[in-house]
Amino acid sequence: MISIKNISKKYGEKHVVDHVDLDIPKGKIIAFIGSNGAGKSTLISIISRTLSKNSGEVYIDEKELKEWKSKELSKRLSILKQSNYLNIRLTIKELVSFGRFPYSNGKLTKEDEKIVDDAISYMKLEDLQDRYLDELSGGQRQMAYIAMIIAQDTEYVFLDEPLNNLDMRHSVHIMKIIRKLVDDLGKTVMVVIHDINFVSCYADYIVAMKDGKIVEEGATENILKSNVLKEVYGMDIGIHQINGKNICLYYD
Amino acid sequence: MINKMKRILLHRISWIVVLIILSIISIMIGVKDFSLRGIFTGNADDVNLVLISRLPRLISIIVTGASLSVAGLIMQTITNNKFVSPSTAGTMEWCKFGVMIAILLFGGRSSLVKMGVAFICALFGTLLFMKLLTKLQFTNAIIVPLVGMMMGNVVGSITSFFAYKYDIMQNMSSWLQGNFSLIIKGRYELLYIGIPFFIIAYVYANKFTIAGMGESFSQNLGLNHKRIVMGGMVIVAFITSTVVVTVGSIPFLGLIIPNIVAIYKGDNIKNTLFDIAILGSIFILVCDILGRIIIYPYEVSISVVVSVVGSIIFLVILFWRNKHAR
Repeated sequence: MISIKNISKKYGEKHVVDHVDLDIPKGKIIAFIGSNGAGKSTLISIISRTLSKNSGEVYIDEKELKEWKSKELSKRLSILKQSNYLNIRLTIKELVSFGRFPYSNGKLTKEDEKIVDDAISYMKLEDLQDRYLDELSGGQRQMAYIAMIIAQDTEYVFLDEPLNNLDMRHSVHIMKIIRKLVDDLGKTVMVVIHDINFVSCYADYIVAMKDGKIVEEGATENILKSNVLKEVYGMDIGIHQINGKNICLYYD
Repeated sequence: MINKMKRILLHRISWIVVLIILSIISIMIGVKDFSLRGIFTGNADDVNLVLISRLPRLISIIVTGASLSVAGLIMQTITNNKFVSPSTAGTMEWCKFGVMIAILLFGGRSSLVKMGVAFICALFGTLLFMKLLTKLQFTNAIIVPLVGMMMGNVVGSITSFFAYKYDIMQNMSSWLQGNFSLIIKGRYELLYIGIPFFIIAYVYANKFTIAGMGESFSQNLGLNHKRIVMGGMVIVAFITSTVVVTVGSIPFLGLIIPNIVAIYKGDNIKNTLFDIAILGSIFILVCDILGRIIIYPYEVSISVVVSVVGSIIFLVILFWRNKHAR
């Protein structure tokens, strides 16, 4: 269970995250939504200890972040930030193997190798596994990074805009994988997404942020309402039932 | 899997064979008459020549080539920038600055003292450079080495200023330009203390690769990014200063060798470290042999040969990268 108390982050005088409290439910896909600059990425960076906070506490399984050994925490919690720009020449297999680093320190055991192979086939990357990352498309690269996170095999997974710059096919594939991680393996996945319709179709729980504060949180069907979205995004968003799903129309 | 291992092993053995052949050639060239048979028959002149002059030269060439290439590899990995190396990040200039300080303050008789001061200066300069990189967050890859070279030149001119002022320019010039012709028994052994650092580099290989993928990437895997970067810079400063104190500065090596190997073997240090070390040795050995035969019986200094050959290779790499849009 992850719970955060009174988290703040300031850049200069501006609060990017402003005294936030949150209990994150387990075994669900939790979507963080809100406009650019609302503090979503900053918040998940703080929770995943990749960014320092000005005040407040983050409890991962009842232990505050600073009580955790970094290596132990990396077996419980993983984060993928937008790292597509890296032009490093590693093969997919090498990258995915790094996901086992917290367990093996670089010397892969037979079991580690099996987990790596499983993660690669989970993402359907078998045919590409010996190709270098810099020779792949943005979508394939993102798949490789997610395979690494799967190999890291943590209970909590944070994904910062995993669908950024991806086409529909890759986006749907990634959301389906996330769904499977939650449904089949019982993981808790926290994801920052801008496309509200992906949120509607895949997320269980929504945390809506604005100006560094959480304005609303709750089950997806309770948040995806015109009046709530108006408050979050400051625009009129119509919601239509199509094939039993809530689809938001905001194009005019 | 087994086949792949076999191929890699075969690959490495062929590099070693090339190195051995070049080593024998290197031992045989020189002004003084010398025959290989003399060593085996125990001809005193031949044995002495090899032990006092030719073998020390050969060993220092091999260790220098490997050292500077590995230093370049570590720097390029940690900064995630293919243009960074001991010569382009100013590390070498800081080493020379350290040598100058050591000569001024301690008279410079002991090479261990020189090496110590050079190491401290090199470490300081390299860390300053790293600090600048994280503070300024350059988006253009080419700006990074430019900043390094600018800083290096400033330090270099300060070094020359004091060297002129205190009249130690003559003494200094041997460190300004790399030179293997002065290497004889008793003047190169300092290079050996750099060797344990290769082993450390190999042990830390995975961590360097991960550190190169960024701070949050390393943190996610439970690695202390700052500590790895610091460790890498200590290794770089140490092996660079052993080379500068014993041989002098040699440009390009740390820049081009890691780039060449990365093209065919990728950026995973675990796979590339050995190739980079041995290819660095071979490269310097070839340049040294060239320098010794071009104007035989005289010698072209190694740093001149390396500069000419290195800049050509560097241009080829640049064009290759351009073509492959990396």
